[in-house]
Amino acid sequence: MVRIQREPIDGQALIEVVRTAGDGAVALFLGTVRDRNEGRTVLRLEYSAYEDMALQELERVRADALERYEITAAAAVHRLGVLEIGEASVAVAVAAPHRAAAFDACRFMIDTLKRTVPIWKKESFEGGEVWVEGERPADD
Amino acid sequence: MTVEVLFFASLADSTGAPRDRIEIPDGADVAALWSRLVERYPALETTGFRPLVACDMEYAAWDASLDGVREVAFLPPVSGG
Repeated sequence: MVRIQREPIDGQALIEVVRTAGDGAVALFLGTVRDRNEGRTVLRLEYSAYEDMALQELERVRADALERYEITAAAAVHRLGVLEIGEASVAVAVAAPHRAAAFDACRFMIDTLKRTVPIWKKESFEGGEVWVEGERPADD
Repeated sequence: MTVEVLFFASLADSTGAPRDRIEIPDGADVAALWSRLVERYPALETTGFRPLVACDMEYAAWDASLDGVREVAFLPPVSGG
């Protein structure tokens, strides 16, 4: 399951989406809004997306993870809109028989989605706001 | 031919609009379309980065042909997560 949503992310619910009786490991990654960035005090972040393509790219990341790792299921959710400090902007959950594959696939998914999924964040800080420019997709 | 052009994030701020429709000659590539856009929106030239391009929601190169393409999106380096 992949989803782009404006509602708060429920990590526990995502765990329930992926886990099965055959799994000995579930890895959950939450990306959260932190209160400082590059020396500035961050007030909030606003996420926007090329939504149709973002959903497609998110699904591509999920499918790649299932192909590359010995995992049972994977899910990813990214949130859009205004997020306050501490809120989760992204969640990745992976279930697998063993922990190594769960960790590896979870890491692969968050690293890849940050490079390929067309989502952007605007940072509001004390004294202004700025679009955060991310990494370019690598040629892989 | 006419293509639908989409701008996102800081690029939409530069153009002042999230979308436009542009008439381009048959056989034009992404780079040719970008040149037309910079004429229309001079602020695009000062963005400080080379945008990513997606043709009909697939990442594309700057020399990709626009034949048969309906929608071209110009994307700042992504910063989700």
